[in-house]
Amino acid sequence: MSIEILDPVADVEEAAPSRRRLRQLGWVGWLSIGVIAVALLLAVLGPVFAPFDPNSSDLSYANVGPFGSHLLGFDGQGRDVLSRLMVGARTTVFGAAFVAIVAVFIGATLAIVTAWFGGKIDAGVSVGVDVLFAFPGILLAVLAAAVFGPSLFSAALALSLAYSPYVARVLRGAALKERAMTYIAALEVQGFGAWRLCVRHLLPNISSLIVAQGTILFGFAMVDLAAISFLGLGVQTPQADWGVMVSDGKTSLLQGYPLVSLSAVLCIVAVVAAVSFLGDRLDTSSKGVRR
Amino acid sequence: MLAFLARRMAMLVATLLVASFAIYGALYLAPGSPIAALTGGRSVPPDVLAQLEERYHLNEPFLTRYWIWFTSALHGDLGESIPLHEKVSTLIGQRIGVTIQLVMLTAAIIIIVGVGLGIVGALGRGSVDGGVLLVSTVSAALPAFAAAVILQFVFGVTLGWFPVLGNGDGFLDQLRHLTLPALALAATSVALVTRVTRTAVREELDREHVQTAVSRGLPWREVVRRHVLRNAAIPITTVVGITIASLIALAAIVETAFGLNGLGAYLVQAAQNKDFAVVQGISLVLVFAFVITNVVIDIAYAILDPRVTLGSRAQ
Amino acid sequence: MSPLLEVRDLTVRLQMDAGMREVITGTTLSIAEGEALGLVGESGSGKSMTAKAIARLLPKGAETDGAISFDGTDVLALGGDELRKHRAEVAVVFQDPRAHINPVRRISDFMTESLRILNDVPKAEATSRAAVALEEVGIDDPAKRLKQFPHELSGGMLQRVMIATALLSEPRLLLADECTTALDVTTQAEVMAILDELRRDRGLSMLFITHDLELAGAVCDRTCVMYAGQVVETRAADKLHGDPLHPYSAALVQARPDITSTADRLLAIPGRPVSAFEAPTGCRFAPRCPHVVGACRTTDQVIVELDGGRVRCERAVELRGNLLDGAHV
Repeated sequence: MSIEILDPVADVEEAAPSRRRLRQLGWVGWLSIGVIAVALLLAVLGPVFAPFDPNSSDLSYANVGPFGSHLLGFDGQGRDVLSRLMVGARTTVFGAAFVAIVAVFIGATLAIVTAWFGGKIDAGVSVGVDVLFAFPGILLAVLAAAVFGPSLFSAALALSLAYSPYVARVLRGAALKERAMTYIAALEVQGFGAWRLCVRHLLPNISSLIVAQGTILFGFAMVDLAAISFLGLGVQTPQADWGVMVSDGKTSLLQGYPLVSLSAVLCIVAVVAAVSFLGDRLDTSSKGVRR
Repeated sequence: MLAFLARRMAMLVATLLVASFAIYGALYLAPGSPIAALTGGRSVPPDVLAQLEERYHLNEPFLTRYWIWFTSALHGDLGESIPLHEKVSTLIGQRIGVTIQLVMLTAAIIIIVGVGLGIVGALGRGSVDGGVLLVSTVSAALPAFAAAVILQFVFGVTLGWFPVLGNGDGFLDQLRHLTLPALALAATSVALVTRVTRTAVREELDREHVQTAVSRGLPWREVVRRHVLRNAAIPITTVVGITIASLIALAAIVETAFGLNGLGAYLVQAAQNKDFAVVQGISLVLVFAFVITNVVIDIAYAILDPRVTLGSRAQ
Repeated sequence: MSPLLEVRDLTVRLQMDAGMREVITGTTLSIAEGEALGLVGESGSGKSMTAKAIARLLPKGAETDGAISFDGTDVLALGGDELRKHRAEVAVVFQDPRAHINPVRRISDFMTESLRILNDVPKAEATSRAAVALEEVGIDDPAKRLKQFPHELSGGMLQRVMIATALLSEPRLLLADECTTALDVTTQAEVMAILDELRRDRGLSMLFITHDLELAGAVCDRTCVMYAGQVVETRAADKLHGDPLHPYSAALVQARPDITSTADRLLAIPGRPVSAFEAPTGCRFAPRCPHVVGACRTTDQVIVELDGGRVRCERAVELRGNLLDGAHV
């Protein structure tokens, strides 16, 4: 039980929220930001930075370890690992971003529409959303791959669909609360249209929640997409992609050359850990709860 | 309580119907004719084509076909795999055992380690708690395929403690083969369950009704058992249930990584081979398992929390 | 005869965000067997903390100085089994019954828990004792209520259940911590009546904590008034209302609107109540006292005995009798 003693002095001492957040970051926080920055940089400019052609293979160098400017050595097909990692950031990072954005878009639209209209539309959409809940992301991706042929696009689309019900559920609560506020009713009475009210008033007020959801989803999406590519149902080999590299590198790993798989795993894990750490920090500092 | 159950069963049936419809309908989203999708683009002589059309009722309206498929499925007949000329239900039956064993072993690890660590962390001293937090942070960063690869390399290839591929023969050998996969599958889930358990127990420790129990002079062990853990069991059970439900799909990853002959791995292969009947059949089974698990979670929640009268668990 | 409960020079410091803060300073009070002592004060006066200290329910990291003795035993030194025994002899009735009863267990479980675990009473017997206790507090159909869950009962009923449960374990001291504050006025009166009657019937000692001076006067033998962590007046309850010795008590008495007369404005004490750690040196009430003189702010006030009561005001003797006559700001 929290003991409540009047302590008005302490309340005044709170610093401005943004400054407090920066201070709370600590070295892990800054490291996370660094990791994400590098990942983004590579996603955009990977091919420019890569020292060698990621697709040129020379079988005589298969599984050879690091030497010279080949800092991470070669994979099972004799391709430079470091270059492949740098180039592979693109599909991994952008794919995840695509999923996060689309899922949030669909989820937010569903949430606002159901919150606004309520009644039968809410009930109907809820049933649809409940059905979507029954499909784990991976399953939808497998179905999409079976139907459309495996590709990054089909996997990303499937994942977006699979994630949107979670976003919709979370945002629906917030949207309903916002919808019920008196200022909305006041604006309605004045004759403002539903579209305008939703876009200019409802949306901005749940925007911080939307961003938080997007950040969380980005991390999950990266992992799931990499997993799907690992299964061979997403990005297709020989294209460089971290998930594909983990899968490609498995044969080498089982022979005792783990560098390809492990370096790709490390990249994925580092970015996901960084994103979830920052996402956690974002969450706790805005709510003011610390554990 | 009965009304609640009835409502949940109705939802279950509705979801299954719509989901199965979607699974079946996916066939028709495929570019090209249904025949092409069924045969996976392989060329087939015309009389066989006619046979296929006959057998899959391709001359009948879509809804009829769906209904025939669904009702047969309820009787255990999931159709036939065209490339393999075998009944889908047989193919599933051969592999479902491995998946069930894997999921159960993983669930056991998640419950014992996850909930155990969470309780220890919440009730113990600062240093113990710190240790628990560290372990859970590390394990949180290891998604299934990452953990699979790392475990394979460290414990399989380098140390040679556990086999890396295959199913194994006999119960104990199978268990050995399932150890690394189960650990890989459990990694992130353990982290989540540990975190939620720790938070739930800690919050419960701060509650007023726990103070009441202490004020009566009850021994601390009884207070923890009857009030702290009993109440924390509500959110803990929910998260454990959700985690186990998610295992159903994630199992495909470790099965593929470790070369296990399970349902998930087979689903992936079938998708790559465009063996539609198998994909539909396994998808239906997985969705069914997923939905049933969620209903079980809801029921458990209602039993544990008498304040719940109807509707789904509070989010 | 020595008192059942003696609190001597109790000082309590709590751990807060800004460090250790004192919330109770040098408090002394005592309760005899069968006596009801009221402890009255506003928020932050330290009254709840005093009760928590007596029941050894202070939050983690709290520091105590001074002595609390219950039936001759040093309460603050107790540990393990001895502490549990002490806790069983001191029953607490808390303020918000809904928060203080486990929502997922039945009422019968709540009521019989102590009996079954500590006294090894078999379940059937414990349940029938509980049913009898429920009848005593005026709850109809106890058998039905025992099977129900807390969310099915109203706040007033839950508080009666709390009281019944407190009495079931046959304690020697009852600590009632603002136990009617969370209830509506009618229910408040009913619950208080039951509490008072049952207490007298069993000859229980009671520490009754409240912010309502009149309520304390109605059920207690003596009343203690606390301000900023100190006891400022201890007096026989019936005398306090007509002849308060401390300016703060007088202000509390007068702040209650008189139902028989009309007034242009409600009397309020200017300023706001402070906690011990926010209080100035010298008399802690000085900033708000209508009778303050220079010396009040510089000298720490000590207890003066007067007319069978004790008051923490050096001007008490000279102010006696003049505190209630419109001499206020």
